[in-house]
Amino acid sequence: MTWVGRSALRKEGDGKLRGLAKYIDDISFPDMLHGVTIRSSIARGILREIEYLPGVNWDDFVKVTANDIPGHNYVALLEKDQPYLVEKQINHPEEPVLLLAHPDKQLLEKARTLVKIHADPLPAIFSMEESAKQQSLIWGTNNTFKKYAIDRGDIRSAFENAAVILEGTYETGAQEQLYIEPNGVIAMAHKSEGVTVWGSMQCPYYVHKALLPLFNLPAEKIRVIQTETGGGFGGKEEYPSMIAGHAALLAWKSGKPVKLIYDRMEDMVATTKRHPSKTVIRTAFDHQNKLIAIDIDFTIDGGAYCTLSPVVLSRGTLHASGPYFSPNVKIRSRALATNTPPHGAFRGFGAPQSLFALEKHMDYCARKLNVDPVTFRKSNLIQQGQMLGCGQIVNEKIKIKDVLDRALKESDFKRKQKSFRQHNKKSPLKKGIGLSVFMHGAGFTGSGETFLASIASVKATPEGKIEVLTSNTEIGQGTNTIFSQMAADALHLDFEDITVVQPDTSRVPNSGPTVASRTCMIVGKLVELAALDLKQKLIAAKFLKGKYQRKDFISACKKYLKEVGELKGNSQYKAPPHVVWDEEKYQGDAYGTYAWATYVAETTTDIRTFETTVDKFWAVQEVGRVINPTLAKGQIVGGVAQGIGYALYEDIVWKEGRMANNKMSNYIIPTTLDTPEIEVHFMELPYSFGGGGSKGIGELPLDGPGPAILNAMEYALGVQLNFIPMTPEKLMKQMDSGAS
Amino acid sequence: MKKLTLIVNGKKTQVDSHPFSRLLDVLREELKLTGTKEGCGEGECGACSVLLDGELVNSCLVPVIQANGKKILTVEGLAKKELTPLQISFMKCGGAQCGICTPGMLIASHWLKKSKKKLTTQSIRENLSGNLCRCTGYSQIVDSVRNVKGAS
Ligand code: FES
Ligand code: FES
Repeated sequence: MTWVGRSALRKEGDGKLRGLAKYIDDISFPDMLHGVTIRSSIARGILREIEYLPGVNWDDFVKVTANDIPGHNYVALLEKDQPYLVEKQINHPEEPVLLLAHPDKQLLEKARTLVKIHADPLPAIFSMEESAKQQSLIWGTNNTFKKYAIDRGDIRSAFENAAVILEGTYETGAQEQLYIEPNGVIAMAHKSEGVTVWGSMQCPYYVHKALLPLFNLPAEKIRVIQTETGGGFGGKEEYPSMIAGHAALLAWKSGKPVKLIYDRMEDMVATTKRHPSKTVIRTAFDHQNKLIAIDIDFTIDGGAYCTLSPVVLSRGTLHASGPYFSPNVKIRSRALATNTPPHGAFRGFGAPQSLFALEKHMDYCARKLNVDPVTFRKSNLIQQGQMLGCGQIVNEKIKIKDVLDRALKESDFKRKQKSFRQHNKKSPLKKGIGLSVFMHGAGFTGSGETFLASIASVKATPEGKIEVLTSNTEIGQGTNTIFSQMAADALHLDFEDITVVQPDTSRVPNSGPTVASRTCMIVGKLVELAALDLKQKLIAAKFLKGKYQRKDFISACKKYLKEVGELKGNSQYKAPPHVVWDEEKYQGDAYGTYAWATYVAETTTDIRTFETTVDKFWAVQEVGRVINPTLAKGQIVGGVAQGIGYALYEDIVWKEGRMANNKMSNYIIPTTLDTPEIEVHFMELPYSFGGGGSKGIGELPLDGPGPAILNAMEYALGVQLNFIPMTPEKLMKQMDSGAS
Repeated sequence: MKKLTLIVNGKKTQVDSHPFSRLLDVLREELKLTGTKEGCGEGECGACSVLLDGELVNSCLVPVIQANGKKILTVEGLAKKELTPLQISFMKCGGAQCGICTPGMLIASHWLKKSKKKLTTQSIRENLSGNLCRCTGYSQIVDSVRNVKGAS
C-alpha cells in the first residue's frame, strides 16, 4: 500500500484540535519581559530626538536604539538598505525607532504613549507615478529597486503589420495577508552563549541569516526555532527577521528573555503586504485573431525598502504573458520605491498581479474582436513545443486545453452565458459568468533553486523509526503530513513510522525557505532522495535486502545504530537536466514545470446597491500528482477565498503612506457568508522531478479568482472593469462613468 | 484586584484578577489555558470564542467580572481522553489547517450542534459567520460540522 495519493490525516492535527498546540504567544519563560516597538510618525524625514515624557519610571525600562546594536544595522536579505532601527533617515511612517521592554504589559503600553519622536520632515512619495518621475529621489539614484526586460522577435514590424491592435491598463491594490495569528517571537541572548529565537515564521534560515550580521556572531551562536505557526501566506517570510532582531536586541541588552508579539493593529499597519501594481498591455492580432505580438509594461510598488521586490517582480514578469503563444514579445517591468512600509511576499508573489492584467485583457480583446472569449483563448493557447513569453519551450506534455474544457463542462459555462443574458434583461440582479486561464511555475525562478542548493535529511531513531529533517515549516498547508507520506512510500514504511522534526536551525539542514510552492515539489523530492540514501546505507551494510517487510527495516535500523552508529540519509538539490536558465539574458527555463488551470466564477451584482456576490466557483487544475486530496483541496479552496477577498472586499485605505483601516472591522476578509461553494477538480500528469510526482499548488489559487470574477461582472454589467479590489463604491463610480 | 470564582471546563477555580481584565487574558495567562486564541482583540474574528453559561461569547470582549460564578467551556474542555466526534470530523474533513482559528471554530460549532438547530450548509454558514478563518475558505469547516457522526 502506498501513502501518496491518499488523504492521510493531518500529522499535527491532534494537538491543534485539543487546543494544546503551542503557538508563540502560548509560550513563556520565567523572568520574561515584554517588548514594544516605537515607530516614526512621519513618512520621511530626519530623526532629531527621542523624548521620554514623565509618567513612568523610565529607569525600569529597557531601551534599545540604533546605538545599542552590537553588529550591523541592516536586515540582511537582498540589499542592505533596511535598518533594524532608524539612525537618522526615516523612510516610511512605521519605521522602528526605539524598542522598550518591561515585565508589565500594562506599564509598557503606558510608556509607549509617553515617547515623543521629534523629526524634521522631508518630501515623501506615495504613488508609483510620482516615484517614476524621479523629481525627488527617495531610493538609490532612480527610485528603482529592479528592472527586467524581455525581448523576442520583431515587435515593431509585428505591430506595423497587425490587423488589429488593442491596448488596456490594469491595476491591482495592496492586500494584507491577515493570518489569524499575528507576528511574534521570543528571544534569549547572552554575550557568551549567543542568540536563540522562537517564533511564528515560514523561513527559519532567513531569520538566521539576518541575525548573523546584526550581532556579528558565528553561525553556531545563532539558533532559530519555528513554533506552531498560525498562517503565513508570505506574510511571515521576511518580516520575522525584523521582529526577531528587535526581540533579540532587547534580550541582549537586558539579559532576560523578551517576548515581542504584535497586536492586530500593529501587524496590519507595519508589516508587509502584497505589492500594488499597474500593467499596460498592447497586443497585435492578425486577421484570424491570432496573437502576433504582445508588449507589456508591468510596474509594482515596492514601498520604502528593497526587501523581496526584485524577486516578486521577476515572478510577475515571467508570468505576464501567461499561457499563450506569441511569436513577438516585449516585456518591461520595474519595482519602484515609495514612502510606505515595504511591500513583500504574499502567496502568488507577483503572478496574481500580472495575470490579473492579462486575463482581463484577453476578455477585453475578445469583446473588441467580437469573438467568444473561450474560442479566442483556445486559438492562442500555448501548445507543446511552443515557447512561453519568458523564452521557455514547453517540452512536456501539456493539458491546458483539457483543463479548460473540463472547467467549461463542470460549470455549464455556455448555457449559463445564454441564460444569464436573458435573466439580466428583466432583473436588477445581474448575473455573470467569467473565466481565467493561467499557469503557475513552482519553485524558485530560473537558477534560484540551484543557487539555494537545498539539503534535506532523514534520520533513524533508536526505535527504528524515521525522522525527517528539513527547515520547511508547517504553516497549515500540510508539510508534516505530505513529507511523512513521501518518506513512508520511499521506505515502504507506515505513515505512523515517520515524524517530521520541528524546524530548529541547530538540528535541521537548510532546505530553503517555505515559499514559492516549493515545499511539496522541490523539498518533497529531496526528502524522498534522502530516504533512499538512508535505505541504500542499510543495504550496503548488508543489514537489509532489496525486498523487505516493515519489521525488517526497523530491525535493520536498530542493528545499524548499535553496530555502526548514527544512521542518516542526505540529499542535495540538483537541477533537472532539462532546466537551462540564462540569468544574464533573463530568459530560458524559468521554472522546472508549471501547473495549469482554468477558474470559473459565477456572480450576481445588485445594481441598486452595487454589491457583488460570488455564487459559485469552479477551480480546475493540472498539478502533477495530488499527494493528499483533502489537503490539496484545502489549499485550493482557501486560496480561492483569499482571491475572492482580493477581487471584491480587501481594500487598503492609504493615508500618507500608512494603512488607515488597520483593523479587522474595517479591512474586510471573506466570512462563511461571502464564500461560495468552491468546486475543485484536479487533473493529474505526474512530474518526475517533483516529490511524489507533484507540482506546486499553494499559490495557484491566488492567480485565477481576480480576473475570473471581474470577467463575470463585466459580462453581467457590460462595463469595463480594469482594477481590483472592485468594492461597491468603486463599482458605482465605474458604472456611473459608463466605461465600456 | 478581586477574588473571583470561575467554573472552567467543569472545574471550580479561584482567580485573583482585576474585575475588568479580559476573560481571554485570565484564561490564557492566569489559568494557562492557552487554547483560546487572540486574533483581533475587538470582537471580529472569533478566535477567542468560549461558552459562558452555554452562550457563545468572544472572550476578548468579556470583563472577567461578568464570568464570576459562571460556567466556562474552552477548547481544552471538549475532549475527555478521546477526541469528540466533532473534533474527529474536523480531522477527517480538513477543518483545521494552521489551527489558530480552530479552537474558536470548534467552540462555535459545538454550541451550534448543541442548539439543535437544523444543520444545513446555509445554517452552518450563518452561525459560523462570526468566526474568521484565513486558511480553509470554510468549505472543509462546513463539511466538518455537517458530517459529524454520533453525538457531540
Ligand atoms: S480576539 Fe476576540 S474576537 Fe478576535
Ligand atoms: S485554519 Fe488557519 S485560520 Fe483557520
